[in-house]
This record gives sequence, C-alpha cells and structure tokens, in this order.
Amino acid sequence: MIGRLAAIAYNTFREAVRDRVLYNLILFALLIVGASVLFGQISLEINRIVLINLGLTAISLFGVVIAIFIGIGLVSKEIEKRTLYTVLAARPVRRWEFITGKFLGLVMTLTVNALLMSVGFFAAVMYVSHRLGRGDLQLVTAIYFILLQFVLITALALLFSTFSTPVFSSIFAFAIFAVGTFAEDLRGFSSMATGVTRWMMTGAAYLVPNFAALNVISQVAHDMVVEPKLILLNTAYVLVYTAAVLTAAVWIFERRNLK
Amino acid sequence: MTRDWQVQTTYALLLAALLTASAALVRQLDRVRGDEPLQEVLYIPSPAVVRRMSLGYSGLLADIYWTRVVQYFGTKHRANAKQYLILEPLLEMTTALDPKLLPAYEFGSVFLAQKPPEGAGNPWAGARLVEKGIQENPQSWRLYYDLGYIYWLELKDPARAADAFDRGSKVPGAHPWMRVMAAALAAHAGETETAIYMWTNILNSTEDPELRANGMNRLRCLRVDSEVKLLQERVDEFTRQNGRLPGGWEELISSGWLRRAPVDPKGNAYQLVGGRVQVARPELFPFITRGLPPGREAGDMPGEKGFKVMQTQ
Repeated sequence: MIGRLAAIAYNTFREAVRDRVLYNLILFALLIVGASVLFGQISLEINRIVLINLGLTAISLFGVVIAIFIGIGLVSKEIEKRTLYTVLAARPVRRWEFITGKFLGLVMTLTVNALLMSVGFFAAVMYVSHRLGRGDLQLVTAIYFILLQFVLITALALLFSTFSTPVFSSIFAFAIFAVGTFAEDLRGFSSMATGVTRWMMTGAAYLVPNFAALNVISQVAHDMVVEPKLILLNTAYVLVYTAAVLTAAVWIFERRNLK
Repeated sequence: MTRDWQVQTTYALLLAALLTASAALVRQLDRVRGDEPLQEVLYIPSPAVVRRMSLGYSGLLADIYWTRVVQYFGTKHRANAKQYLILEPLLEMTTALDPKLLPAYEFGSVFLAQKPPEGAGNPWAGARLVEKGIQENPQSWRLYYDLGYIYWLELKDPARAADAFDRGSKVPGAHPWMRVMAAALAAHAGETETAIYMWTNILNSTEDPELRANGMNRLRCLRVDSEVKLLQERVDEFTRQNGRLPGGWEELISSGWLRRAPVDPKGNAYQLVGGRVQVARPELFPFITRGLPPGREAGDMPGEKGFKVMQTQ
C-alpha cells in the first residue's frame, strides 16, 4: 500500500515539475531581490518589515494558486484523458489510494517549491539584516503555517476535482479560500444572530476552513512571538480538517462511475 | 444490511466525527488567539480606495460595511465598552460607498453621539455625519431631526438644535412637530418637558426595539429629573417655612407636604440627605441631571470628558 501511494505521489510530483510549475521560482526571486534593493533605498526603517511581508505573502499566494490550479486537475484531467480507468482497472490501486497519493504528490511539490523560495527569502532577509538571529525562527513558524495552508487548500481543490469541472472547481476553491480567511469574522457575526439563524450561521462558520489562524505574517514581521500552543493547535486542526476533506473526496470518488 | 450501506454509513460517521473534532479545535484556536484584534481592524482605511476597489458594486459593499458597523457596535455595546475606536471610520466608509444609505446616518449618528456605554460619546462626530447626510439627501427631514436631537440632548445647544429643527420643518413632507420642536427650543421653554415630548415622539414613531428601549430609559431619567425637581422644591419650601431641614420623608408626609414616601421609576425610595433629594442608585439612570450624589456630576463619564477635551482642542 505504501509503495502504491509513494508511486502515485512521486508521479504527481514529476508531472508537476514537467509542467514547469517551478518556473514561478524565477518570478519569486526577481520579486524578492527587487524588493530588498528597492525598499532599502526608498523607505525608512521598514525595509525588513516590507521584505518579510512581501516574501511570506508571495510564498503563500504563489503556493495557493499552484495548489488550486494543479489540484483541480488532479482527478478531472485523468478522467478526461481516460487514463484513470486504466490505472484503477489494470493495476492493484484502490480509489482511496489514488486520491491520497495524488494529494501527497501535490503537497510534496508545494513543499519543495516553498522550501526553495524560503532559501531565497532567508538569503534576502540576511542581506537586509546582515545576520540571522534566534528571533528569525519565528519566520520558520510562519513558513510552516503557510505549508499547513497548502495542505488544506490542496485537499479542498482535490475534493472539488472529484465531482466538478476544472473551471468550477477553481472558482469553488478560490471562493472557499477567501471565505476561510474571514472565518473568524464569520464566527463573530454568527454570535450576534439569534435562534435558528444563529445555529445555522454558527454551523456554517465552523464548517469553512479556518485559514485566518494560519496567517501570522504580520505578527512575525513585527518580531512578535507565535505561541507554541498555536503551532500545536494549528497542526492538529489542519490534520483533522484535511482528513475530513479527504474522506469526503474519497467517498464521492468511490461512488463515481468512471467507465 | 448491505455492504454498500455499511460503507456509506462508515464514511458519513467518519466525516461527521472529523468535522466535529475540527470545530472543537477551532474553538481552542479562538481561545488562544482571542477576538479583540478582529473587532478593531479596519482592513482598508481609505473610503476612496474602497470605492475604486468595489469596481462599481459600491452599493453592495456599502451594505456589507453597514452590517459590519451594526455588528461592531452591537458587540462593543453588549460588552459595555467605553471606546468605539473604528466606529467613525466605518461609518465614513459606509456613507462614502453609498451616500444615499439613510439608516447609516440616522442610526450611525446615534451610535456615535450617545454617552458610553450607550454609544461612542462623540456627539460632534455624530453631528458631522448627519450634516454629511443632509448634504447628500437634503429631502430627508428625519436627518434634520437627528441633527436637532444631537445638538439638543447630547451637546446641550438649544440654539443649534432649534436651527436644525427649523431647517427640517421646511422640507416638504416634514412631520408637523418639527416646527413645534423648533419653536419650543428657540424659546428655551421647559427643558425637561420638551425632552419628554421629544422622546415620547420617538417612541411613537419607531418599531426598533433598541431605540425603543433607549427611549424608555431616557424617559425614566427625565421622569427622575422632573420628580427630583418637584421634591426639592417641597423640601426647600418646608425649610424656608420652618427654619430648619426636615428630619425625613415621614415628617414631610405627617405635615401634609407629601402624600407618601417618594420612589423612583425603578421602585427605589428617593433619599433625603442634608436637605438634598438624591436617587438611591444613580447607575440605574445614566442620563439624569438632578438627584445625583455629591461629587457625581451629570455627564461625568469618560466619553463626556473626552468630548470636553476635544472641544478645547
């Protein structure tokens, strides 16, 4: 089983690399180098803050866009090219293994992509601050949270990919990402409602992915400490929520007639 | 029980369990992160930028901002907050996006003007907002009424209030009592009685439960003001005739000055301390101007102080 999962994941990764996904790294490098040089010249005292905000935001947004655009095609493309039936019928691969393998492959791609960007990002931070200190460990936490964000959005894109067309899947995925970033506001609004509306709104507010807690970019840009409890809870949350989304994806995929 | 049914049930149960666990984790995350920063964040501070970013859908965006104003005010009000940091900019944003959104001026100005914890304690900001509303909607007589209300009850400026009511009374379709209010205020006649008249009008013209509750509260306070004034007159008259202070309400009752021991609208007995009539629990009547214990002056609240500081700047 592990071997089959690894094979599907590795193939997904290879396919993404072949699709020139990692070309975004060039754009990222230009952005970071440009920002570090430009803001060093035109701003006062905030060049490090701008660099951190810009660098981490770019890592996050590039990753989210890649996760959505590749994630939505993971299943539907295979169905369209009629390769899925061959994989599932001709080889001893179960449907849940196929979904999980695809998911792991894309997460691997995004992780490699983010790690390469992080190397460039830390180089730029070092260029601006002239050294890296213990305080910069908070930046690692922020990058870790960004990776957790990728895990969530990949699972969601994959879920939509199991029952919808790529266009609609991308709309759904972007919409849910946007809604998820306002998840805390939603819970705040629901607490103001009363009766049945309150219950329904609260239910919806807890059902949407909680992306807000995964964004600590502004916090770390101002050298504020991220609580270890937040790291623990965010990790647990992403694992559980991703498991839920993948369960739903597998459930839908199991019921699809692929012939 | 078929195998397919078993599989479907297993998936459903697993999904339900995982979603429940994730909701529990979100609650934990909310506890760790707290919700205060959320409430005090104005994502984009410039109304002009938001207007451009709305791509022409400014009406819908204004509705969303207005909803945020209501939620923000409601949350802070429930928590008895003394500060409403982003209330004014949120209202500015809302009215910049949709200058015709009358509820934003009408209710927003009340939110801004009233003393904490009833409001932000910034009556000048409230007046500015309504003036902006009048500029954009000169045909709405209710905005002149709101402006008059702020000048009269919050800023204690009957002359400006009279002017606002007078301007409003000239708008086609204005309620007839706008003219009455203008006249009453211009003559500076019977302040408490005028205020009672005004709040009774508000109660009769709105179905909004919050506004009605506020109106009832105001009327209770005005009744206290009126009763304390009458009681104090009796006590002063007794003192003048007898050359000494009364020993208590019993003495005033037994000597025919009062029929029974006076109680305030909340059922607590008025107190007679050193010849001075006082309410027993002034915290129950946030708007009273008479009957307050020594050292506690009318309007002696953080919002009022802030307002005084703002006036001198």
